[in-house]
Amino acid sequence: MPDDPPSGPPKPTRRTFLLTTGTSAAAAVVAACAPGHPKTTPGQSAAPAGPAEGPSVEGAVPITLRINGKDHALRVDPRTTLLDCIRETVALTGTKKGCDHGQCGACTVHVNGRRVNSCLSLALMHDGEEITTIEGLGTPDALHPMQAAFVAFDGYQCGYCTSGQIMSAVALLKEPCGPDDAAVKELMSGNICRCGAYPNIVAAVQQVRKNA
Amino acid sequence: MHTFEFVRPPDSAAAVATAARAKTAQQGADARFIAGGTTLLDLMKLNVETPARLIDINRLALDKIEPTPEGGLTIGATVRNSDLAHHPAVQRDYAALSEAILAGASAQLRNMATTAGNLLQRTRCMYFRDTAMPCNKREPGTGCPAITGSNRTLAVLGTSEQCIATNPSDMCVAMAALEATIHVQGPKGNRAIPIGDFHLLPGSTPDRETVLEPGDLITHVTLPPPVAGSRQLYLKLRDRASYEFALASAAVVMTVAGGKVTRARIALGGVGTKPWRSPEAEAALVGQTANATNFRNAAEAAMRGAKPRSENAFKIELAKRCLAHALQTAATS
Repeated sequence: MPDDPPSGPPKPTRRTFLLTTGTSAAAAVVAACAPGHPKTTPGQSAAPAGPAEGPSVEGAVPITLRINGKDHALRVDPRTTLLDCIRETVALTGTKKGCDHGQCGACTVHVNGRRVNSCLSLALMHDGEEITTIEGLGTPDALHPMQAAFVAFDGYQCGYCTSGQIMSAVALLKEPCGPDDAAVKELMSGNICRCGAYPNIVAAVQQVRKNA
Repeated sequence: MHTFEFVRPPDSAAAVATAARAKTAQQGADARFIAGGTTLLDLMKLNVETPARLIDINRLALDKIEPTPEGGLTIGATVRNSDLAHHPAVQRDYAALSEAILAGASAQLRNMATTAGNLLQRTRCMYFRDTAMPCNKREPGTGCPAITGSNRTLAVLGTSEQCIATNPSDMCVAMAALEATIHVQGPKGNRAIPIGDFHLLPGSTPDRETVLEPGDLITHVTLPPPVAGSRQLYLKLRDRASYEFALASAAVVMTVAGGKVTRARIALGGVGTKPWRSPEAEAALVGQTANATNFRNAAEAAMRGAKPRSENAFKIELAKRCLAHALQTAATS
């Protein structure tokens, strides 16, 4: 493949670069703001020594979320939404924050197999529950059929709503839904696409339903 | 969002005891039950709701749908709206309820939102949701800018000079036409409240929206046995085809025999400050021939007391046509 990277240390991607620098910056802030907290240097994690993931926050509550088949022992501020927990604490950034008020659907994930708006739910309400995010559907080498259909039908433009669209569409496959496009549009209406890729999204969903 | 204590009581008695310490169960409550969270967390992010304590009722086993001995249906407080709408007994015997729920919100929200939460759904009035604005419902005595301001989506029935906020629920409108009863467990025992008595008109106390007192926990809702031969319908009119609140809606449960309407239960949504049962429309219809003229007359009766404001007068005619069309469709279905 012409795109094969040259041998040697892996090159940082934009995402891993941002995640690393973001963690370092957060670590520096925590160290500066928390008297008595062990000093950290850039590049070091600010996470507590215990098994739980996430920063040390006063009043934080221990929970366990099973995300994409893997158990995460976490400590979360009670105010943390499921969305912020997934993105900021567990660092799975495929799930997007759009409106943060349940109006756009960008944050759609599956809880125990059902699609929900993760922005309108508290992480600690889901202690012990099974969460699936876009990262749990497929891999770049083995896309979920719905991911492949969105690629094939060009079901996006900027891509920001896409993970929510795909999580909704995958859940829709198991829900009562009439055969025609109108039924798909109705059940996908909780996912807003600012770019207006709706016709291609419906085509992608219908293609997967036809092959199911 | 303000900080809060998160409590998960072991049973409903403990939930009631914890909530009973609150000063009010209405606007400004310092303790709130949380189920789906779709209304409460939304308003907590806006600082419209600032409870010091959240009581999680999701694991109290209030999520069953079961037949009653009388042939009706019991619906648990934490039954998700999607499960209620798709339940075979609801689709068969209470179709208006299923249609109303599926006409509301999105599939994701319906997977989260619950029976009790939907009963307590808060208004979408923009002044209520914006803490920078005066609002008699949010902060009693500060005034109502909606009356002369942005009121296109607001209520024309049951309003007062203190508040014209619309009740946004679709589910409650169908439940009003189906004559549901709301069952509450409280510090002083259990009680059953007909849905028509559950929501309050704003009057001079728009911050009081229901008859609930501190500690009152909605445990379930019951529906009476289905009326044999009745025709049911929920019709919703809105600014876009899906995922939008009603400008006007109608729930109709009607029995027609020999070409005449023998029984009618009618409720309107999107136009009232509470889910709006219309005994006026029902009285105008019963005993009359089931035809377009009488359906229109019933709709006129329903909207006779409507009070338009600067931007929402169109809703009066819209609601009339909505109800007349719903009756016509039900009669010919």
